[in-house]
Amino acid sequence: MIPFQYTRANDVADAIKQIATDPSAKFIAGGTNLIDLIKYDVEAPSRLIDISHLPLRSVEPTSAGGVLIGAMVPNTDLAYHPLIEGRYPLLARAILSGASQQLRNMASTGGNLLQRTRCFYYYDTATPCNKREPGSGCSAIDGVNRINAILGTSEACIATHPSDMCVALAALEATVHVTGPAGARTIAFADFHRLPGNTPQRDTNLEPDEIITAIELPPKGFSENYSYLKIRDRLSYAFALVSVAAALELDGDTIKEARLALGGVAHKPWRSTAAEAALLGQRTDATAFAKAADWLLHGAKGYGHNDFKIGLARRAIIRTLGQAARGKPQSISDKKIR
Amino acid sequence: MASYIGSATSRVDGRAKVTGEAKYAGEFNVPGLVHGYVVESTIPKGRIARIDTSAALEVAGVIDVLTHRNRPQMPDKDDAYKDEVAPEKGSPYRPLYDDRILFTGQPVALVLAEDWEAARVAASMVKVEYQKEPHVTDLHAERSRAFAIDAPEKPRGDAEKAFASAAVRHAAEYFIPTEHHNPMELFASTAIWEDGRLTVYDKTQGVQNVQKYLCSVFKMKPDEVRVMSPYMGGGFGAGLRPQYQVVLAVLGARALKRPVRVMLTRAQMYALGYRPASIERLALGASSGGTLESMQHETIAVTSQFEEFARNDTGWGNLLYKSPNAKFEHKLVKLDLPTSCDMRAPGAATGVYALECAMDELAIALDADPVQLRLQCYSERHQGEDIPYTSKQLRECYQQGAAEFGWDKRNPQPRSMREGSELVGWGMASGVWEALQMPTTVRIVLTANGHAEVATAASDIGTGTYTIMAQVAADMLGLPIDNISVKLGDSTLPQCPLEGGSWIASSVCNAIANTARGVRGDLLKLAIGMKDSPLAGAGVDDVALIDGKIVSRRDATRAVSIASAMQSGNADRITREEVNKVADDKSHARNVHSAIFAEVKVDEQLGVIRVTRVVNAVAAGRILNPKTAHSQVMGGVVWGIGMALHEETLFDHRFGRVMNANIAEYHMPVNADVHDIKVIFVDEPDEIVNPLGIKGLGEIGIVGVAAAIANAVYHATGKRVRDLPITLDKVIQFN
Amino acid sequence: MTHSGTVSRAGRIASVPEKISITLRVNDKAVKLQVAPWTTLLDALRDHLDLTGTKKGCDHGQCGACTVLVDGRRINSCLTLAVMKEGAEIITIEGLARDGVLHPLQQAFIDQDAFQCGYCTSGQICSGVGLIAEGKARTPNEIRELMSGNICRCGAYPNIVAAILQAMERS
Ligand SMILES: Cc1cc2nc3c(=O)[nH]c(=O)nc-3n(C[C@H](O)[C@H](O)[C@H](O)COP(=O)(O)OP(=O)(O)OC[C@H]3O[C@@H](n4cnc5c(N)ncnc54)[C@H](O)[C@@H]3O)c2cc1C
Ligand code: SF4
Ligand code: FES
Ligand code: FES
Repeated sequence: MIPFQYTRANDVADAIKQIATDPSAKFIAGGTNLIDLIKYDVEAPSRLIDISHLPLRSVEPTSAGGVLIGAMVPNTDLAYHPLIEGRYPLLARAILSGASQQLRNMASTGGNLLQRTRCFYYYDTATPCNKREPGSGCSAIDGVNRINAILGTSEACIATHPSDMCVALAALEATVHVTGPAGARTIAFADFHRLPGNTPQRDTNLEPDEIITAIELPPKGFSENYSYLKIRDRLSYAFALVSVAAALELDGDTIKEARLALGGVAHKPWRSTAAEAALLGQRTDATAFAKAADWLLHGAKGYGHNDFKIGLARRAIIRTLGQAARGKPQSISDKKIR
Repeated sequence: MASYIGSATSRVDGRAKVTGEAKYAGEFNVPGLVHGYVVESTIPKGRIARIDTSAALEVAGVIDVLTHRNRPQMPDKDDAYKDEVAPEKGSPYRPLYDDRILFTGQPVALVLAEDWEAARVAASMVKVEYQKEPHVTDLHAERSRAFAIDAPEKPRGDAEKAFASAAVRHAAEYFIPTEHHNPMELFASTAIWEDGRLTVYDKTQGVQNVQKYLCSVFKMKPDEVRVMSPYMGGGFGAGLRPQYQVVLAVLGARALKRPVRVMLTRAQMYALGYRPASIERLALGASSGGTLESMQHETIAVTSQFEEFARNDTGWGNLLYKSPNAKFEHKLVKLDLPTSCDMRAPGAATGVYALECAMDELAIALDADPVQLRLQCYSERHQGEDIPYTSKQLRECYQQGAAEFGWDKRNPQPRSMREGSELVGWGMASGVWEALQMPTTVRIVLTANGHAEVATAASDIGTGTYTIMAQVAADMLGLPIDNISVKLGDSTLPQCPLEGGSWIASSVCNAIANTARGVRGDLLKLAIGMKDSPLAGAGVDDVALIDGKIVSRRDATRAVSIASAMQSGNADRITREEVNKVADDKSHARNVHSAIFAEVKVDEQLGVIRVTRVVNAVAAGRILNPKTAHSQVMGGVVWGIGMALHEETLFDHRFGRVMNANIAEYHMPVNADVHDIKVIFVDEPDEIVNPLGIKGLGEIGIVGVAAAIANAVYHATGKRVRDLPITLDKVIQFN
Repeated sequence: MTHSGTVSRAGRIASVPEKISITLRVNDKAVKLQVAPWTTLLDALRDHLDLTGTKKGCDHGQCGACTVLVDGRRINSCLTLAVMKEGAEIITIEGLARDGVLHPLQQAFIDQDAFQCGYCTSGQICSGVGLIAEGKARTPNEIRELMSGNICRCGAYPNIVAAILQAMERS
């Protein structure tokens, strides 16, 4: 760990001003990822700008019929918020599938989007890793890669984005509100996280001097037919090997609209328009679900230890779509997968 | 007065633990405390070419950085570093001794600073350059280099021939990966230096072992070193040998003449000991009627390049099953790793896992019920030594366990039981461990106000030693339990062995009984000295201490109160120190036994496994405290669940590094992984094993559990997974 | 909040780690302390305030041993900087008993033998107090899930669940 300075931001403008003057500074919100990485010597910011006291803590309906979530809203508050529990239960369940209640009490909505990968080599400064040290090589490709990606990988990096919440946000087509020196802008969720390509050190399209202020949910919450299924190596407090967010709009047993996103398999929550389109107009049966799964997993590639994820993901997609179609989402506390 | 022995007494140290008052080794914030932070090697093998501490030394608050070049002097002979449980063969590791790197994570520098934050900051500024040498860390790759060590069990008959001609055969290899103890408390030592004397608070399962070790490494006299461990946040074997942080803390304290605390990080603890990965090859041959003709068990396990650590993995079959022909072999592979070490039920957790899976597979080959097969092969005598047991109620364990579990409703056909999307599997296994006693001294100080202090240099590592000692002493001294105070975890207390191997309860309690008898004798003498003593003529075994009185066993009306006896003799205290008698009896085998029944539910499509029920029926002699005993076995079952489904230290052999050196990715069971665990204690009176009939419970709880779960997974899915842990991708072929 | 000292960052060398003086409310008392920016709430409690009841099992949010209640909510104190909690209301294991009377959950832990070595216990109890206050867990399964952020290597889980049920019944 190397020393850093600490300052507080008074408001969003102050935060942006502070980060602009010190390019090696970082914002700190819940701290659950950043402090972890600083202690492991993976991150070494010169200064932490505390944004946790900024008044970005509300969850409010928008005039467009959606919901605007402040970037500092703790994960737990969001998951238990009546608007979210009632209208976007997919998001609530995804959040509650991640980490532990203590961590969710600390973690912020904005910070969750920006958490870094859990790739073992990223965390181990004694090994090469392109994400941590661009150009040093990717140890995971031929290494211990059980938790690594099968989709959208590059020669440079096969890391996954570990968030559960983001998988639901991707499926719900949220929008990220950010503010930088040039003012405010919005980024569609699909464009927020990046694939590793040749620049695995960049996880997102957020500029270093920008701050996330809010996440906006569109009106459609799919609160009738949804499910979030997380498969992991123990039954709680573990990152996903594969997770699936499924949301359907049905007319009888015909699919009118479908959203499908995967976690634990790529550098970003994984969606494909082809997979969702393939479900449109179909009956809610295993054949249709399997087709969608095949579309979504198109081009999937294993790296040895994680080969199994391809087949696992395929079955998990079918299963989750089934749960969504039946209106019987996966329970968080009852671990039986129905 | 009701007996405390056998009653479900709440822990006497409970209040200290639920209020946070109990202090652990790294929590003694003495004035002037210096904080040490370890810098560890990033490579597994080679030499330190250069080490630059200048930047670290510039950090405000840093006092010094110790390396092999500037550390205080240390002995150059191996003997000085051999602790009580060091492997016989080899050279114990010497922290900060020289420039040689023997394993990844080895300490190469110790930063000493006024506060922990400064030490940590400075530690990341120590620059080390290495001269790397080729390393090996992969057991499978190095298997051909395995060499045999003296087999703990001798062969019988011709096992190979008998196997070849057996009607039904099963042979297979099982694998248990490296596992780490991961006690919740981080390893820590606080060394306090005062006028040439050293007091050390250490996370250890053996204060006297550490005390002797420190005296030897630092050439100090026994009365100059005191080691304390009043509470220990879990050991599980990791705290049996002195760990390197205690040496570093003392080195620092000696160098600075100030108190020094060294606390390791979780990651650094992966360079301490570990359960060695092992390949277990079992070959069982049976008659068509289902009796064993041949039993072969070969183990290939990991040790370091510099010490040969091995435990008995292979001999357990000799305790469980009759077989006229048997052969056992134990091999080691030396790797560039720290030395492996004891971890909960060492040898048995792994060896019995393989044996009991093999028995399950044999039962399937024979088309026999797994319980029935075990009853058919049941051995009334230790097969290797051909001697009887002091007691062995394993049959009762099978029966009571099976009845509680509902085993008779099991459809033997794999994949035959299901609940909706889940396949249900029922599996069982046997467990076995030793019931040892070690020489132990207990001191009792009885004061005239009717209070007694009971002391020995044991450590309570969570096993409940404080509590059972108070119970036994209360009964033996005829005092209410609140009048007993127990002192442990201090090397200046009477001699006591390491807290491990499940021998503490029997050793300590039998020693209490002997010491209490001495106290009783002293009291009787005082009572007889009284005028018109109603106890005149009585011998020490003619009286008992009951309800604060010395009472004739024959005639309860003849009694003298302890207070008046002491008063009349002008004694304000009675002090006694006695040893337990450890019978040198080779004519009996001393063991605890168990039968484990497990239910798993496996998602048929996704392979997700849930352990929904476990029944562990244990025969372990007299149960001193059903409450703490239950917890011990339950904890063992949780370990078994972890061993079966979760635990594995993952190496990248290219770097010779552990890749999941944390407890987010080294998975141990969490609350959600654990459901119904039922513990049954089978009645097992045993007058031979030791006078109180105590056998010990620390290890037996885990033994066989992983096998029962693996067998249940097979029964559920029809898929036999022999490599632990059983992760979902091993159960289902996904692609 | 006042700052003192400066950090010089010539390469990786820090000459004077900066200390910041802060005030925390811990177990109903206001306490002033000087901490480095990187001092976690956990280290502040254990090393600066000698409140060693709060345990360090990993220092990385992976075990729950460091769980304390901040403004009534359970959090991992190892991943929180002390400076960020200026003015916050912090309750540690030492602050649960009132006038020598154990909190019902502390008593339940003793009654149910919900610990062995005791090292995870402070965190389990603070976490359990937080769980009861949240009011989200009613069934054993819900308790198991919402207590999964507290690892107990001794394996006391079933008894921990029983203790929480006992305390919930009595409160
Ligand atoms: C043991 C453990 C297990 C976990 N398990 C899971 C899991 O199963 N599933 C899961 O989804 N997550 C899991 N997490 C991760 C956790 O969800 C994230 O750490 C958390 O969401 C990050 O939020 P934070 O507010 O604490 O971020 P911080 O640590 O404060 O910040 C993270 C990053 O985001 C930046 N940042 C934060 N807020 C903003 C903002 N508003 N604008 C711009 N930049 C910002 C920071 O500069 C920093 O780089 C786990 C974490 C741990 C430690
Ligand atoms: S996968 Fe990415 S994060 Fe992991 S080692 Fe390779 S480059 Fe680093
Ligand atoms: S010490 Fe904070 S979670 Fe382990
Ligand atoms: S009681 Fe030992 S870790 Fe929980």
